Amino acid sequence: MLAYLVRRLFLMLVTLFGISVVIFVLLRIVPGNIVDILFAAAGYVDPADKANLEKELGIDQPLIVQYWHWISGFLRGDFGYSYVSEKPALQEILPRIPITARLAGLALLFSASIGIPLGVISAVKQGTRLDYALRVVSLSGLSLPSFWLGLLILTASVAMFGQMPIFNPNPQTWLEAFATYAVPAAAVGFRSAALTMRITRSSMLEVLRQDYIRTARAKGASETSVNYQHALKNAILPVITVIGIEAAFLIGGLIVTETVFNIPGVARFLVEAIRWRDYPIVQNLVMLIAVVVVSANFIVDMLYAVFDPRIRYTD
Amino acid sequence: MRSVWALAAMAALSVLTASTATLAGEPKQGGVLRMYHRDSPANASILEGATYSVNVPFMGVFNNLVIYDQHIAQNSPDTLRPELAESWSWSSDNKKLTFKLRQGVKWHDGKPFTSADVKCSFDLLMGKSQQKLRQNPRKAWYSEVDEITTSGDLEVSFNLKRPQPSLLAMLASGYTPVYPCHVSPADMRTHPIGTGPFKFVEFKANESIKLTRNPDYWKKGLPHLDGIEYTIIPNRSTAILAFVAGKFDMTFPTHITIPLLKDIKSQAPNATCVVEPTNVSTNIIVNSTSAPFDNIDIRRAVALALDRKAFIDILFEGQADIGGTMLPPPQGIWGMPKDKLATIPGYGPDVKANREEAKKLMQKAGYGPDKHLAVKVSTRNLAEYRDPAVILIDQLKSIYIDGELDVVETANWFPKVARKDYMLGLNLTGNSVDDPDQSFYENYSCGSERNYTNYCNREIEKLFDVQSQEIDLAKRKPLVWEIDKKLQEDVARPIIFHARAGTCWQPYVKGVTIMSNSSYNGFRYEDLWLDK
Repeated sequence: MLAYLVRRLFLMLVTLFGISVVIFVLLRIVPGNIVDILFAAAGYVDPADKANLEKELGIDQPLIVQYWHWISGFLRGDFGYSYVSEKPALQEILPRIPITARLAGLALLFSASIGIPLGVISAVKQGTRLDYALRVVSLSGLSLPSFWLGLLILTASVAMFGQMPIFNPNPQTWLEAFATYAVPAAAVGFRSAALTMRITRSSMLEVLRQDYIRTARAKGASETSVNYQHALKNAILPVITVIGIEAAFLIGGLIVTETVFNIPGVARFLVEAIRWRDYPIVQNLVMLIAVVVVSANFIVDMLYAVFDPRIRYTD
Repeated sequence: MRSVWALAAMAALSVLTASTATLAGEPKQGGVLRMYHRDSPANASILEGATYSVNVPFMGVFNNLVIYDQHIAQNSPDTLRPELAESWSWSSDNKKLTFKLRQGVKWHDGKPFTSADVKCSFDLLMGKSQQKLRQNPRKAWYSEVDEITTSGDLEVSFNLKRPQPSLLAMLASGYTPVYPCHVSPADMRTHPIGTGPFKFVEFKANESIKLTRNPDYWKKGLPHLDGIEYTIIPNRSTAILAFVAGKFDMTFPTHITIPLLKDIKSQAPNATCVVEPTNVSTNIIVNSTSAPFDNIDIRRAVALALDRKAFIDILFEGQADIGGTMLPPPQGIWGMPKDKLATIPGYGPDVKANREEAKKLMQKAGYGPDKHLAVKVSTRNLAEYRDPAVILIDQLKSIYIDGELDVVETANWFPKVARKDYMLGLNLTGNSVDDPDQSFYENYSCGSERNYTNYCNREIEKLFDVQSQEIDLAKRKPLVWEIDKKLQEDVARPIIFHARAGTCWQPYVKGVTIMSNSSYNGFRYEDLWLDK
């Protein structure tokens, strides 16, 4: 077990090192840096001013030195300062994480709580008008880009109610706080819910044709019991897998949703930081995400080994 | 006789009504103005900024020595008002400008404002101080200032190398606040300290900017507002919808395009909206250092091919202006009159005839129906650049030029232009003050960093100096017109149009004046108030 753990730990460290190099190099390959952008915005360049600024920010140094400064700082927990705001990078990143986490969590909740029951209903009522209607809804969910849906929701809210569900940084009640996140979460979660619904439906249809379902019915089990206790229990595994994958993909949808609903989350912040080539923010934020994902994988690997001894001996 | 009395009675009634309206319009104290901001500025330091994204939120934190009257739309030498200076005077040789400063003014941290702060600010701008600005985009404005001298705490003088009456115009710009000596430029980027009507509270990048009322403001009774809150919303659709829904009291100034203005008026009919020129010209930059545009005939042909009215009709539904380098009248002070403008090649109303002439020039250069000239039209990846570039490409087809759009990301645009890695570009040029000195030296003088086309004409440069030293406005104007005409004839940087844009506010917002010949100078907001 110890050898397995050490091997996995070593692989994790190698992976993280590789990711850090990729992040660092990719950012430098993109043309232009913060100094170029600042001077481009000003429409002039004074070579002396430019050189001073590059020196001040440390981007005049050789790449290997820049990399070492960054990675050694990251390991010490010193994330440096944002080039744009000149505030500590960690101070800029941390307050934004809970906002995006809440939004992503709510979107996933929306996806599961809408997608799974509707998928079951669609499968059980296969070939009926209800099934066709639900399939149309799910298809439209897959077809509508979340930014367009978001704008449509905002426009409709203003036109119909004269109100706009835009981000409220200081909600007074939990209901206000919920409302702040619920509409954008629905906009971004709609696509995910549609996918969940389709996967649930096809998985359910497959399971409902199994012999043990017929047996359950023959034994006199109620339809509800057959559908939810026998069929769904077995059909849910691929759905969980898809929701897991969707969670990772969600960040892409959140970037546009956070922009449209003006939510100051980490996804929009990352895009803005890339636009400004704010290396300390981008590098550290992406690295943090990588550490979380790689660590989660490591923990899962360890759990597999704990629950299935074959893995620790064969891998 | 009866009608005379009736008229008199009506006049008396209207005076009474007007005075009643004035009473009803007495400014109310309190309330926080909520405005959206179009993007997140790089920092809070106006002296280092080069976009009005910095001026709009932070101008209220500061004061200038002098300022343009905030309630007269047209900035002109007649609308200059004292601010931190109580008065100013020129020496007899017009080479020394002396300001008597206001007594009892305090910085937001409680320290007293003195002449030393003025000297510090302008030494910083001229690059003469120990401390340095990270960026100093307007250093060239003070190239004729030899030194700043102080006499006691309340007098400061600008000693010039030669007379330059327009110095006052530049000192009145929103770009020229006075900074405190005791705060470093780095701190001014993150937590600006001023003497102005509003104190800085916080700036959360990509989120919000908050200002609060300065209770110790030297103008007693001002500001009327308790504060101003800017919510940063880069997505224009979201921002406008939020304004329509009443989440904001005012749109970001001059942020509304003409087509969008119609949407706002239909969805929020009570909103007050105005459309004013922004003093930003859309122009063509031609790389005359290499073929084929090193040939003056081809450059002239490009200028002749322009159908300026078509640009304006398509992009602004007719609401923009045709002019030379300087903003055209009536909003512009220095723009050429229409009859003079019409004498410049390419500005005549007969577009077909202009293009025939352009075709002849192209044929002379070896191009024609069977041999088209292929060019890349480079421009920034922003809608206000891309849209006119597409129309330009279409218009160039009529004179045997096949254009291909080359969209360049903002980060790469200026480096590309600076290293002359382009053939033909579509560019926007903003003028923060409506004054020829700012425009001519910055964009057309030999060696200037913003002279993207490297246009260099020593004869014209001499004329720049002549107009710059002319004290008499009436004599200076014709000189400016001649220079502007010559610049257009030389195809230095053909101007396509001068844009206009809209600003809207809710009916209860009072005291807003949108400047008509600059987008950089009208955001002090000290006497803006909310009638609710």
